[in-house]
Formats: sequence, structure tokens, C-alpha cells
Amino acid sequence: MSKLSAAYYTMLTRWQTLTGYKYFWPVFMIAGLAFCMAASAFDFLDLYLQLILIYVGINIILTVSLNLINGYMGEFSVGHAGFMAIGAYVASLLTVDVFPPGAQNLLFPLAILAGGIGAALVGFLVAIPSFKTRGDYLAIVTLAFCMIVKSVLENIDAVGGPRGLLGMEKLTTLPWVFFWTALSVWVIRNLVYSNFGRGVLSIREDEIASDLMSVNTRQVKIIAFVVSSFFAGIAGGLFAHALQFINPRMFDILKSTDILIMVYLGGIASIAGSIIGAVIYTILLEILRPLGIWRMVLMPLMLVLLMIYRPRGIMGMKEIRLFMPLRDLVTEKLWRRKKKEATDASA
Amino acid sequence: MPLLEIQKLTHRFAGLCAVSDFNFAIEPHELVGVIGPNGAGKTTVFNLITGVYQASEGSIKMGGQELVGLTPHAITKRGIARTFQNIRLFKELSVLDNVRIAHYGQIAYTPAEALLHIGRFRAEEKRITNQALDLLSIFKLDDMAGEKAKNLPYGLQRRLEIARALATEPRLLLLDEPAAGMNPNEIIQLMEFISWIRKTFSVTIFLIEHQMRLVMGICERLVVLDFGATIAQGLCSEIQNHPKVMEAYLGEEVVQ
Repeated sequence: MSKLSAAYYTMLTRWQTLTGYKYFWPVFMIAGLAFCMAASAFDFLDLYLQLILIYVGINIILTVSLNLINGYMGEFSVGHAGFMAIGAYVASLLTVDVFPPGAQNLLFPLAILAGGIGAALVGFLVAIPSFKTRGDYLAIVTLAFCMIVKSVLENIDAVGGPRGLLGMEKLTTLPWVFFWTALSVWVIRNLVYSNFGRGVLSIREDEIASDLMSVNTRQVKIIAFVVSSFFAGIAGGLFAHALQFINPRMFDILKSTDILIMVYLGGIASIAGSIIGAVIYTILLEILRPLGIWRMVLMPLMLVLLMIYRPRGIMGMKEIRLFMPLRDLVTEKLWRRKKKEATDASA
Repeated sequence: MPLLEIQKLTHRFAGLCAVSDFNFAIEPHELVGVIGPNGAGKTTVFNLITGVYQASEGSIKMGGQELVGLTPHAITKRGIARTFQNIRLFKELSVLDNVRIAHYGQIAYTPAEALLHIGRFRAEEKRITNQALDLLSIFKLDDMAGEKAKNLPYGLQRRLEIARALATEPRLLLLDEPAAGMNPNEIIQLMEFISWIRKTFSVTIFLIEHQMRLVMGICERLVVLDFGATIAQGLCSEIQNHPKVMEAYLGEEVVQ
């Protein structure tokens, strides 16, 4: 065994003992939250780094939620920025116009939640054409949806029209981003490993067969779209209060494309992949900032190469064990034992 | 009372009459076959029963309840499951998940409970997983449970498709050409397998098949379709020498 593969092997076994450790998630959550709180309270991370981490979190939420539609359900939605816009505007209007200035910090989660609910309601409406149309046609429907949202926002003077909305306080802090990111990853993970999630997967594989195997495909599509757009709305609210300024042009098709790139870079139908994709893309964009305009050549080139050599993305259709529920891990262990017995018996 | 009763079922694709005036009834625990040349409308009948197509005219009743107008999953919930002529498994999913998905109609938890993994979720998931594993071990597929369905050999894929259909707990099982692509030896095994399924799961079976050996071997009754019309119905021995059937299969001149 060469040195490299030996190192790889020890890393793998270490990783497995780590993931077998049942306190991993609680410890990770508490440590992560404590770190984020300390970072924002004592400013030992400079503000620029904090902002990047906030964007990483927001992008993780966006990527995981879009992966539910584009990866797990196998549809092609390009309207994710539209849902984000709704969340951003609803949350911003609440904090700017409705909530009293003194209680902003306290009511902030409510504003974010309201943004998510607003986006989820619209997501419910977008789910309806998905009953009849699939593939390219649904992509066009979602594209149209994204354009409608943008032009509606541009033409309502009450929300600032094309100039956008200003005046939000900087309420999006690192601990809040950590909390919402963890929540969205956890909820979508939960959905994927339930029978509703398996229904979502079966629609990707063969919609007619899935309907004939008693899966209520309409119900499943509604659940997927509502959950996905809810978290896009959450991300929008956080985004608006991190940037303290929004306008309709921020949520056009280019924003959707950004999210799509993160999904397909990280890997379709994978929670771990979504996180990896969002982290790599966000950080790489920052690192390559000195390159100026060349950045926009390099990033798409990377995507082209990825599509050629790994069309399903880095983690395409795979999941690291950390994100799998215990029941599935135990079932898999049982199956492996049985398979070994079967091969031993035949040998 | 018959389990499934079809009356005056007619279906047209634009101008083409795929099935016309199809009348049929199946009693509980019967095993009935549909035969007919290619393009006779056999699979269309299955698609009409399971709700993939909406019938132009006629009625389909399951235990007295009308099925025409219901969605496929609602029909499956009322106790009809099927397999497909060209295997339609969820290829990228594990064998276990293929079967677990078919429990969709029976899960007792709500989407909210699934999103938060609370309430009835854990108990129900345990029940579904155990039921699916039991079913797989009955079908001797349990050592494949974690394998992707597309990696199974052809014969096992056929078997998994039947297992998946049975996971929906049907009273009536529709098999669309179960012997397609099998050699004579495998067909003999399949015949035993089908009879065994009928006994073990006490289901009624309605099957489409081209292989005369299989049809004559296990079916109690036969329906013969040609160009959408029912040309004969009856016991196997009656069908074998039916002049119209011979005409449809061998051509008019040969019969004369």
C-alpha cells in the first residue's frame, strides 16, 4: 500500500469513528453557536470575515432548498431568486415599517419567519403548474415566475420600485445565520429521509410508476415546493438584513443561476454536496476577487470542466453518513452483514 | 360479487379505438389472463384500470366502487397494484427504498411530523422498514436491500417489481407480461412463482402474457383481444380451439 492510500485509509477510519460518535451533532451545534456568538460579540473575527461567513450560511440555505427541487425531485427550477425576493421584501417591510424601532432585535426572527411563510405561500402557487408540466417546460414556468416577481416589485412604489428598499438595521448576525442554516439543513434532511422524501425521489425516477405505487404525487410536489420556497424566503430575509439594502435587480435570473451553480457544483440530491458547493463557491468567489473580471471567466470554466468530468457534481447522489438518520445506518449495517453471510455461504 | 367489474369500457386515442366495448369480471382469488396479438389493446386495458388513462366511456367497479375518474394513487389505495411490461423500477434508489415508497398510502404520519421527525414518525418508519425487509426476505432479496435497483440482474428486477407492487397491499394484482425476456426454464419457474404469490398473499391475479405455455399452464380463464375488440372469453380449453382466436393469431387462410 502506498503512503498516500494508507493516509487516506486512516483518515477514512477516523472519519467513521467520528461519525459513529453519537454526541457529534450536539457538540457541533453548541460549539458552532458558541463560536458564532463569541465572534459577533467580541469581534475577534474581523467584520469582513464575518460577512463572508454570513454569505456562506445564506448560500447553504439557498442551495440545500433548491437541491430539494432540482436534485431530489429532478425538476429544473430557475425561479429560486424569486422566492428569495419575496422573503427579503416581506421581512424588510416588517422591520422597516411595521415593527417598533426599539424591539427590532427581539422581533427579527418573526420578520424572517414571515418572509419564509410569504415565500412558501407563493411556492404553493408555483407547485400547481408542476402537476401538468415537467422538465424544460417547468423550467420556463419558473423562469417566467422569477421575471414576474421582479417586474411586480419594480412597479410597486410602496416598496421603492426599481430603487429598492433601504433602512433595514444590520440585524443578520452570525449566530442567527448559524441557527437558520442548521434549521434548514436539519428540516430538509428530515424530509428527505421520510416517506414523503422518498416520494420526491421516486418522482425523479419515474413519475407514473410512483403514482401507481400509491405515492400522491401532487401532495409530494406541493410539500417539496412549499418547503423549498419557505427556506428561500428565510435566506432572502437574512440577505436583506445583512446587506441593509435590496432592489429588484438583485433577484433576477443571474441570482438564480448562482444558486444553480452551487447546486450542480456540490452535487445533486445530496445534503453534504449542497453544503460543500455553497462553501466552495462563496469562498472561491472571494479569494478570486483580485482577479477582477477574470473571475467571471474562471468560475464558469470550472463549471464546464466539472460538468464534463463529474456531471452530477462533487457529491452527486451520495451522502456522508453524518447526515443519515440512525435507522438507515443500522439497516445498512444489517444488510451488509446479511450480504456477507450470503457470499460466505456460497463460497 | 365480483372483485372487479368492467362494463362497456371504451377508449379512443384521437380517432383510433384502442379498446372497444370491453366487458369483464373477475371473482376474488381467480387467476385470469389476457392474450392477443401485438397492439390488441391489452396494456391499454391495464392503463385504464389503474387510472393512467381516463376511459372515454364505460365503468370500472372495484367491489362496487367506481374507479373511473380517480387518480392512479387513489386507485392503488383501493387495492389494485401492477407491474410493467418494460420494468419501471426506481433505478437509482436502493431495493429497500423501492419497497418502502410503495408504503406511501399506509403511512400514518403527517408532513409536519416528517419534517421535524417527531410524533408518530419514528414508530411508523420502523414499521415500514421492518415490513419492507420482511417482504424482501420472503422474496429472497434481503441480501440485496442496500443495492441500487439498476444493479440487480434482470430476473431479480422482475421479482423486485412484483414485491414492490405487493407492498401496496393489493387485493388485485395486474401483471403486464411477467415472462418477457425469459427462457423456457425461467418461465416454468415463473409459473410456480405466480401460483405461489397467489396463495401466500391471497391476491387475485389478472395478467397479460404472450407466452402460451405460461398462460395455458396457470390461468383459469382467458380473455382474447384483437384490435381493441374482445373476440373470445372462456376457459383455456375453449379458447385453444376457438376459430376466431386461431384466425387472429395465425391468419384467415391458415384457418380455412
